[in-house]
Amino acid sequence: MAISAFEEKLNSGKFVVTAEIGPPKGTDVSEMVKHIRLLKDRVDAMNVTDHQSSVMRFPSIGGCLLIKELGGEPILQMTTRDRNRIALQAELLFAYSRGIRNVLCLTGDAIDIGDHKEAKPVFDLDSVQLIRMVRTMEGGKDMAGNDLKGGVEFYVGASCNPGCDFIEPQLLKFEKKVMAGARFFQTQGVYDLSSFRRFMQYARQFDVKILAGIIVLFSYRMAIYMNENVPGVFVPEEVLEELKGLTGPEALKAGIAIAARTIRALKEEGLCDGVHLMAIGREHTIPEILEISGL
Amino acid sequence: MIVAQQKPLEEIIGMLIPYDRILILGCGTCVTVCNVGGEREVSLLHSSLRLAQSRGLAQGKVFSEYTVKRQCDKEFLAILEEKAREQDAVLSLACGVGVQVVADYLPDLAVLPGVNTVFMGAFSEAGTWDERCAACGDCRLAATAGVCPITRCSKGILNGPCGGAKNGKCEADRSQDCAWILIYRRLEAKGELDRMRRYYPPRNFRTTSRPRRIQGR
Repeated sequence: MAISAFEEKLNSGKFVVTAEIGPPKGTDVSEMVKHIRLLKDRVDAMNVTDHQSSVMRFPSIGGCLLIKELGGEPILQMTTRDRNRIALQAELLFAYSRGIRNVLCLTGDAIDIGDHKEAKPVFDLDSVQLIRMVRTMEGGKDMAGNDLKGGVEFYVGASCNPGCDFIEPQLLKFEKKVMAGARFFQTQGVYDLSSFRRFMQYARQFDVKILAGIIVLFSYRMAIYMNENVPGVFVPEEVLEELKGLTGPEALKAGIAIAARTIRALKEEGLCDGVHLMAIGREHTIPEILEISGL
Repeated sequence: MIVAQQKPLEEIIGMLIPYDRILILGCGTCVTVCNVGGEREVSLLHSSLRLAQSRGLAQGKVFSEYTVKRQCDKEFLAILEEKAREQDAVLSLACGVGVQVVADYLPDLAVLPGVNTVFMGAFSEAGTWDERCAACGDCRLAATAGVCPITRCSKGILNGPCGGAKNGKCEADRSQDCAWILIYRRLEAKGELDRMRRYYPPRNFRTTSRPRRIQGR
């Protein structure tokens, strides 16, 4: 029995598509609602980021509830950066009680890269421990061993970075996440198919579903900026070359084409179980990307 | 050792406003080694304050100086009965421990910190000190090939690297090595990667519930 509609889709063998929704800084959720409406029938599930890049925003759980209300399938993103184990467990109880069944467990970006640099970094748990925490709660107990009155059940995911410049420690951690109980992975941005192929050769020995991350590029400058400033993003030289010299709509068109081409190649080769689209504020481009990629 | 940094002179002068007779008190241990609060720095700070007076600041104050072997140990403070007599304030250049032990010892005086205590660390190269221990109370260096993930990983995580390092450098500070990449390489060289494959449970923060105390030793 699948825990969530998202798990059911993955189990059916369908090439699954998820998309990332970035919540607003403030209470005006109209644009987020627009994005959810646009995507809810085009993708299989939507992640809502949890103060991505350590920038304070409307919370993931709030975005997930909106997705539920609008008839979509939410994936709650949860980092250990801002909440200790008490707050993390409490939020999962709340999420479960409101029908959220997918959770992506992350450590979270460093406070130093965000917009509240003087905040206290919590990191009471790391991502592997967070996955275990969910599993512990599913056993009907909290982390302190106390009985829960009414339990939880989640389809638990995690992240990994196949394009990382030093992959071995990442693979070791990937395996620890699997052992801790992660059932699906949404990876960091994939641009280089040969390194992703090598990653998948390793990952395929485990019984987990893998969605390749697709970060949509909009300009040469954005790609350079991400390489320099965004943790875990590695845009290779060939891709940079494709964007070089292009501006405005032309650059956007090239970025959309790169994303669509990557998705098509991943699907045709049967490399992974689906893709996870991260359009970073340009969620409106996702339907076009899916169309061009033949999904 | 304990590593400290001198406070800005303006801040020190601000702290001294209510007092006239001030003893600048150095400490002969950690802060002497890290060149912040020993006899030499006491003398330098004394000169800086005198210079400030010549520029019209800290007017009317009388400074004296002395350095004890260790401010964090009452045994070395008996001399203060004499040195601090007739003083209004002690400006301590010791770490926060020293300041507090002196404050307990001289309850009638204002005891002020002249330095900021920053970390426990080691000398790396000329002028550079690096943090190495967080005094977490549960040392795991045996499992991490002598590199502390609690101190040297900006997130202090226990089960391997996050995905943010680039060129072996930390996402929080590109001038710092990723501790988990260092740990991985050392364990790999020793053929001990199994240590990293193990699951490490969440930390028990009760071992650091504050203030900590060791008794009966």
